[in-house]
Amino acid sequence: MAEALKVPTMAEYMAEGKKPEVLFWVGCAGSFDDRAKKITKAFVKLLHEAGVDFAVLGTEESCTGDPAKRSGNEFLFQMQAATNIEVLNGYEIEKVVTACPHCFNTIKNEYPALGGNYEVMHHTQFLKSLLNEGKLKVEGGKFKGKRITFHDPCYLGRANGEYEAPRDLLRKLEVELVEMRKCKSNGLCCGAGGGQMFKEPEPGNKDVNIERTEQAMEVKPEVIAAGCPFCNTMMTDGVKDKNKEDSVEVMDVAELIANAHDL
Amino acid sequence: MQIIAQVLFLVALVAGIGFFIRNIRRLVRNIKLGREVDRTDNNGERFAKMARIAFGQSKMVKKPVSGFLHVIVYVGFVIINIEVLEIIIDGLFGTHRILSFMGGFYDVLIASFEVLALLVLIGVIVFWIRRNVLNIYRFLSRELKGWPKNDANYILYFEMVLMILFLVMNATDYQLQLNGAPHYASEAGITGAFPISQFLLPIFDGMSNATLIIIERAAWWLHILGILFFLNYLYYSKHLHILLAFPNVYFSKLRPQGEMNNLQSVTDEVKLMMDPDADPFAAPPEEEEGAEPEKFGASDVFDLNQVQLLNSYTCTECGRCTAECPANQTGKKLSPRKIMMDTRDRVEEVGEIINKKGKYEDNGKQLLDDFILREELWACTTCNACVEACPVGIDPLSIILDMRRYLVMEESAAPNELAIAMTNIENNGAPWPYNQQDRLNWAKEN
Repeated sequence: MAEALKVPTMAEYMAEGKKPEVLFWVGCAGSFDDRAKKITKAFVKLLHEAGVDFAVLGTEESCTGDPAKRSGNEFLFQMQAATNIEVLNGYEIEKVVTACPHCFNTIKNEYPALGGNYEVMHHTQFLKSLLNEGKLKVEGGKFKGKRITFHDPCYLGRANGEYEAPRDLLRKLEVELVEMRKCKSNGLCCGAGGGQMFKEPEPGNKDVNIERTEQAMEVKPEVIAAGCPFCNTMMTDGVKDKNKEDSVEVMDVAELIANAHDL
Repeated sequence: MQIIAQVLFLVALVAGIGFFIRNIRRLVRNIKLGREVDRTDNNGERFAKMARIAFGQSKMVKKPVSGFLHVIVYVGFVIINIEVLEIIIDGLFGTHRILSFMGGFYDVLIASFEVLALLVLIGVIVFWIRRNVLNIYRFLSRELKGWPKNDANYILYFEMVLMILFLVMNATDYQLQLNGAPHYASEAGITGAFPISQFLLPIFDGMSNATLIIIERAAWWLHILGILFFLNYLYYSKHLHILLAFPNVYFSKLRPQGEMNNLQSVTDEVKLMMDPDADPFAAPPEEEEGAEPEKFGASDVFDLNQVQLLNSYTCTECGRCTAECPANQTGKKLSPRKIMMDTRDRVEEVGEIINKKGKYEDNGKQLLDDFILREELWACTTCNACVEACPVGIDPLSIILDMRRYLVMEESAAPNELAIAMTNIENNGAPWPYNQQDRLNWAKEN
């Protein structure tokens, strides 16, 4: 892909007096982190592929406040929430999709009481709905038969009870889906949640991401599939720590689908 | 002679139940030290959840071995206690097996009590082995040293002794009935069926009726006194879960686990800050005389809510939370079970002061630092594994979050890197130092 992706913003839509079907909430990691930006782009390609009428907030988007809230800074969280809700309500947003389970959880569960009521979907849920509606074709491709394990993000799985959407998508890719000893509601955290992403771990005898990577390695996967940019970073670091980056890839479900079809 | 026994029984019963009521009142008073929280919504859903998780033990069996054994001990405990009803009536009126008028059904009941008693005995012995012989991760934590470990074993010994007394009581009763002893034997034949205790009969072979009666009476008395003692031991032990698991599940959070409460006090302030019509020079509203401004977050048990304090009393220190905690598994100090134990220890300490002095007087201690360390709080990834693991709906994470809130909003004591991330969010809308104007740059990059 030589040319830049077409990513319409809400402001542009507004200027044309139109409203998109869905807002893609990119999130901080998806906007700034080099690894996560690839997930963002893969997801945008899939949105285009399926002909979804979407827009992003672009420079009007700001952190949802999740890391602040879970670190105990309720003030900062609610300030962020208030500004974001003002922007979202200003554009009369009804439906939000995001590739970050932390943004997903916060907007879905914590914004309504503060005046922000939207239908919020994780990108794996949204992709699954596109698939069900026949807008997106997900079948076989490059990863067919590959041994893949899915690492449940805490804020998608336990926090919101969504275990199947990402797995359904992987099954459509006809991969050999293998489960870790600790999966679904018993899944082990990658170690990034609750603000840990932005601080050194407390003293212990191991880092959480190493423990989780070891659990993943037990099932000898070729790919560790993730559904969260923070899990992705943590698991990638874990794989590097084990010197396995040549044989094990860490990829978001959206990337797997996009790559499977050479988008 | 008989009447003296009846009077003594009445005294023991009244004393045992009276003391229990006193303890329950203290328990309720202590829980009410916490902030009020409204969990009276969705009664139907709450009731169904309680039926499923507390009554139905649905989360216990997620660990099949301990879950299965626990179900046996739980069912045994509930069903065998039907027998206590008969024991109380017999004790008060000097009757013998008053419920035996039910005939065949009575035999079925007694027989099932016996089978359950044996199963409970086996279950409790396996529990003891798991705790004391096998190296099971969640029973090895540092917070289980000393009293908590002894407490757990005392409970197991107690249950073993109660079950043995029950079977001995039945065996001697059966032997006395076979011997045709007055008061025991009935013209209609043997009352009760003794599928398990019949195997104990050889022990009593050749004993006189007088000796048998002494053994039978001793077992009968020790069994009921044991139950009354156990009832009162609950408040001083980790074993309160047998009562509190039910209300605890009922009042537990129904919302998705990922949803953490928005503080209303903060919402009010944020609204005021964002309100363009707010008068920045307006005098603050009149505070009531002696009213303290509301504290953000929790540094002591008074700042926690009543459900959180109920959680702490309900915790039976099984450690399933700690075994699932990513921080604990990687050697960090955090143990969700310890958070609950510390909370209860502190609320008990406060309760003791109130017992002695009539009201709480500052003893220079608080939950934060004196019980729960900052290092524990900052190790949490908020992953909810502990909440998911708890078989009775305890939420250690909510306490961790409330204490972090205190650290950050009252003391500005976040770890340095976190403070930087928060400053970044405040200044440029992302936890990293990138300009908000660059948020869409990814779309132009290849």
